[in-house]
Parts: sequence; structure tokens; C-alpha cells
Amino acid sequence: MNSFVLLAQESLFHDFFGRLYRAFIANNGWKEMLRGLEATFYISIGALILGMVLGALVAVVKVTPGKGILKRILNIVADVYITVIRGTPVMVQLMLMYFGVFAATGMDAILVATLVFGVNSGAYVAEVFRSGIQAVDRGQTEAGRSLGLSYGKTMWKIVLPQAVKNILPALGNEFIALIKETSVAGFVTVFDLTRAARAIVSQTYDPFVPYLVLAAVYLVLVMIASGLVKLLERRLNRSDRG
Amino acid sequence: MIEVKGLSKSFGKLEVLRGIDYRIEKGEKIVVVGPSGSGKSTFLRCLNLLEVPTAGEVWFEGVRMNGKKSDINRLRRKMGMVFQQFNLFPHMTVLRNLTLAPTQLGLATKAEAEARALELLCRVGLEEKARSYPNQLSGGQKQRIAIVRALTMNPDVMLFDEPTSALDPEMVGEVLDLMKQLARDGMTMVVVTHEMGFAREVATKVLFMDQGKILEEAPPEQFFSRPQNPRAQEFLSKVL
Repeated sequence: MNSFVLLAQESLFHDFFGRLYRAFIANNGWKEMLRGLEATFYISIGALILGMVLGALVAVVKVTPGKGILKRILNIVADVYITVIRGTPVMVQLMLMYFGVFAATGMDAILVATLVFGVNSGAYVAEVFRSGIQAVDRGQTEAGRSLGLSYGKTMWKIVLPQAVKNILPALGNEFIALIKETSVAGFVTVFDLTRAARAIVSQTYDPFVPYLVLAAVYLVLVMIASGLVKLLERRLNRSDRG
Repeated sequence: MIEVKGLSKSFGKLEVLRGIDYRIEKGEKIVVVGPSGSGKSTFLRCLNLLEVPTAGEVWFEGVRMNGKKSDINRLRRKMGMVFQQFNLFPHMTVLRNLTLAPTQLGLATKAEAEARALELLCRVGLEEKARSYPNQLSGGQKQRIAIVRALTMNPDVMLFDEPTSALDPEMVGEVLDLMKQLARDGMTMVVVTHEMGFAREVATKVLFMDQGKILEEAPPEQFFSRPQNPRAQEFLSKVL
């Protein structure tokens, strides 16, 4: 028994490059990984954009003052949205939508996944945006309104750009979490990165090398994403140089 | 030009304005003075409805501002406002600060707005700051830009809410000089300030406010030499 465990550990990196070759070159595994990467990329970017737009909208609804009937309904919708989405696992939401709600429509799995991850991300982004908007000085809104700009224009041109600048690090974290979360998309038949690695494993019966490479690919994706966020931060901070 | 009738404002249980009636004519320079907490800033902010009055009416150029159907955004275009904290938009260059409202409201093309902004900047001697960001400017420069920003809308009246209170002492002069120049050019002005020298020199009328009411209204020479109201006498004895 002991010698068996030892053997297993020894063999973890045994013939590493040979196994790498078999997994990704000999069986054209790299092509599947590339196909998976494409799906992961589209889902992440699509969900990012959808999440930002939804999150910003919901946040604006929540910070807009008013007591009208429409405003009250919107408030309730926003609260229910945030509570339900944040209170249930994204994988459950994904399966519910793909196998349940959209099953009869035959909608493409990538599209469903993009929608689900976007709507999911929006709930988190909404809270981030809300705190960012509330951190912008009230005088900014007053200055905009005193010039005759409408509430919407003031929000869009004056408050939101400053809010985005404040919350960029938090939005970057959300995007990183989003990229990694998409790895469950395979459960609804999406051929994403993770699914591609699983496919290779099922052909070679060698789980270690493909999953290690999978982890490395996610790591690189996340590092690229956080690098882009840093770049954007620096660009937006141009107005801070004293 | 501006008329308020029975203007009252409460924040919760705190009554800040208690039924103010006043009429401001075109070309007047009204300087509002009084101890802190007297409601003078709130009075000013009610004129362009940054504070919504609890009761009473605000009229501007024959139109009721706080009516149900009044187009507040359109009315505010003609009322420039200058704030204690400047409130320049920090994420935009000076030039963009000045052109944002005219272009967004469709009153001018980008080129027209920029030409007008540069002309105004030249007049206040800040044309070389057009491409700077607000936090590269001194307090006095910021406030002069803020005044110029309000002027880009060609307002009929300018409201000043303690425009020099957040400035270092050596920068007060440049802002007051610009305000005096505006006054000479015939601008209608309502100024809340602690600068008694400015009130004495520029005001057509001085309003003394305390506890949410206008207690005295007089031309500056009369107000500063022979104040009638005992509260105004006490106030002046402390600040002069």
C-alpha cells in the first residue's frame, strides 16, 4: 500500500513532456483547447458587458431619489433581482435556464451561458456601482443640475465616469471571478476550456497534465485581465496628476 | 426678475426658512449676510431649486419655478450658480468643463462652445489653463473657472454661495475682482458671503438674515452705518 502511494507520487511528473505531447499534440488536443478558449472568451466578454450595463442600471435605479409608484416598483424589482441572484449558485441558475426556461427554444448554449453569467455578474456589479456612485461628492450633481443638465445627463456625463474610476479595482475583481466561474458552463453542454480539458482526459486517461495546463491557461487569462484593468486605471488617473 | 412668496424650508423638524417674501429686479446686486445657520445659503439654493421649498412660491422671469409642470432644467440654464467648493468636474479638462453644458444641451456645436469658452478664459486671464485638469489649479483659479463655467450658459442671474469661503486668504482678491467685474458689466447677482468689503462696494441692497427670516434690507451705506435691527447691530459689531 505504502509503496503504491509512493509510486503514484513519483509518477506524477513521470514522462511529463511525453504525456504533454500525447495530450495536446498527438491527438490534436490543442485544437480542442483553442475551441474551448474561444467559448470561454466569448462568454466572459459578453457577460462582462451585460453585467456592467445591468449593474449600472440597477445601481442608478437604487440611488435615484423619488417616491413615485414607478420608482417604488423599480426599487422592488432591483431588490428582488439582487437578492435572488446573489442567494443562489450560478450553476443552479445556469441549469435552470438551459434545461428549463430556454429548453424549448433551442437557444445556443453559449448564448444562454452568456446571459446567465451576465445577469449573475450584474447583481454583484450593481452593489459595487452603488457604492461608487454614492462616493461621488453631492456637489458634482448639484453643479451639473445648476447648469441645466437633466438628472440623467448629469448621472451619465458627470457622476458615473467618476464612480467607475473609483470602483475600477473592485470591477476588476468581479471580472476575474467571472472568468473563473465560466468553468461550470460545461454542465450545460458548452464546449469551454474546462470541457475541452475534460475531453482530452477522457481520451488519454491522464488527468494530471491536461488539468495542470488548464489551470495555467486560466491563470494567464486572469493575469491578462488584471493587467488590462491596471492599464485602464492608469489611463483614467491622468486627471489626478498634480 | 426673481420673486419669492412665503418661502419656507424645513429639514425634518428644523425650520430653516420661515416665510420669506422678496423680489429681485434685473441688474440688482443683492448681498445676503448673516450668522451661520441663519438660512442664507438655503435661501439661495431655493432660488434655483437645488433645495425644494417646503412651502411658498419661487418665480423667475414670470414663470413659477416650483410648479408641478415647470421645466426646471430649462429655467436653471438662465441661473448660473457658483459654489463654495467650486465643484469643477475633476475628470474633465478645464475646456471640457466649460463646454459640457452648452454642447450637451444642444445650444452650441463643439467648435462654437470651445471658441466661446476660450474667449471667456482670455477675459479672466486663464486661457493657458484650457487643457489643464482642475486639480492642477490653485483654489482661486478653480473658482474663477467655476464662474466662467456658469457664464458659458449666458445666464440672466448669477447666484454665489459663499464663493470665497474655501479659499486661502491670498486668493480671495482675484475671485472678488472677477465678481466686481461681472457686477460692472451689469449682471444681476445674488451673493451669500462674509466679505463685508465686497457687500459695501458692490451691493445695491444688503439683506440681513437670521433664524430663517430677512430681518433687514437696506442699501449698503445705510446698512453698515445705521443698521436698524438689533440683531443686525449685534452681528455687525462682531464682524466689523
